[in-house]
Amino acid sequence: MAWVVACGLYGIVTSRHLVHQIISLIVLQSSTYVLFLSIGFRIGGVAPYFSDIPRDTLTVDPVVQALALTDVVVEAAVTALLLAFAIQAYKRFGTVDPQELRQLRD
Amino acid sequence: MNPAARRWIFLVAAAAMLAFYVWGLAGLPAFGHYRGPYGYLVDHITIHQTHATGVVSAVNFFYRGFDTVGEEFILFIAAVGVATVLRALRDESENGGRGADESGSGRGAAPTSETVRTVALVYTGPVLVMGWFLTTHAQTDPSGGFQGGVVMATAIVLVYLGGEFLVFRRLSPVDVTETVESLGAGGFVMVGVGALATGASYLADVLPLGSPAGAVDASGTIALISFFVGVEVVAAFVLVVNELLEQTLVIRSRS
Repeated sequence: MAWVVACGLYGIVTSRHLVHQIISLIVLQSSTYVLFLSIGFRIGGVAPYFSDIPRDTLTVDPVVQALALTDVVVEAAVTALLLAFAIQAYKRFGTVDPQELRQLRD
Repeated sequence: MNPAARRWIFLVAAAAMLAFYVWGLAGLPAFGHYRGPYGYLVDHITIHQTHATGVVSAVNFFYRGFDTVGEEFILFIAAVGVATVLRALRDESENGGRGADESGSGRGAAPTSETVRTVALVYTGPVLVMGWFLTTHAQTDPSGGFQGGVVMATAIVLVYLGGEFLVFRRLSPVDVTETVESLGAGGFVMVGVGALATGASYLADVLPLGSPAGAVDASGTIALISFFVGVEVVAAFVLVVNELLEQTLVIRSRS
């Protein structure tokens, strides 16, 4: 988990391309899925769907799974919006390098 | 600030953050030994209370229903945001698709091969059915409106892959997608308001629960909300893909 966070952060800070930067953000956010799923895991637990298993079966924690689902949806939405911004930044400034963008603003 | 200096500042700050992060991780219960009460509680009362056997969906659409309304609106606003940010600027022309570059040939890319077209067309039907199944089986299976919606949107994108952008566009005109998206988002909210009208609290499960537990038509509002979420997600994703494709294929800078 910590490694995924570190990779994502490093990518964001050193990125020379907006799309690369957005993907680094996705990597960073992926660490939260790993965190959620590893917290919710119980040894011997199965998926929390009782359609075809006895009702007192030990399952992994359904609450964190629902949170992970929320996380995925938000990530997809944020990524789409950021990519749209990247397209407009390219049209406006003719570059997708965040460091050049910063210089243009000054 | 030059890149090298920025990198050093980052490394120092990241080292401090990672120290705290690892410290926090060390405080977590051992892997596989989480003993939080909510998971057990939800496992034991869900089937009784909602007649749904898919506990994750029950958490999302019933116990955390109000949170999910907020989450759905994040998606809604993001899709509207993409459409707003990517609107044709003043110095660009939208040529109405008349001279749209099909298959991206204007970008120097190879035209879509027959294999891609055939595979895309073959998969469109099954993917659509799969998405519909996922959207309507939230209450019993590992599925729900969010997952099903994305899969159904994939089917519509396959139409673009297998055919032409113009067909894709005819299938999903922006105003229609936006209306459908609003209907999906509004439907979810109205399910909650409907519960208020019967005197129960917001998003309370007021519909008959159906029996036996685990039947597809059981679980009251969970199935209904999942359906509305599915509608909203399909429309949101199709809108986003449509806007992004439009950028590549239709809009041309006048200069």
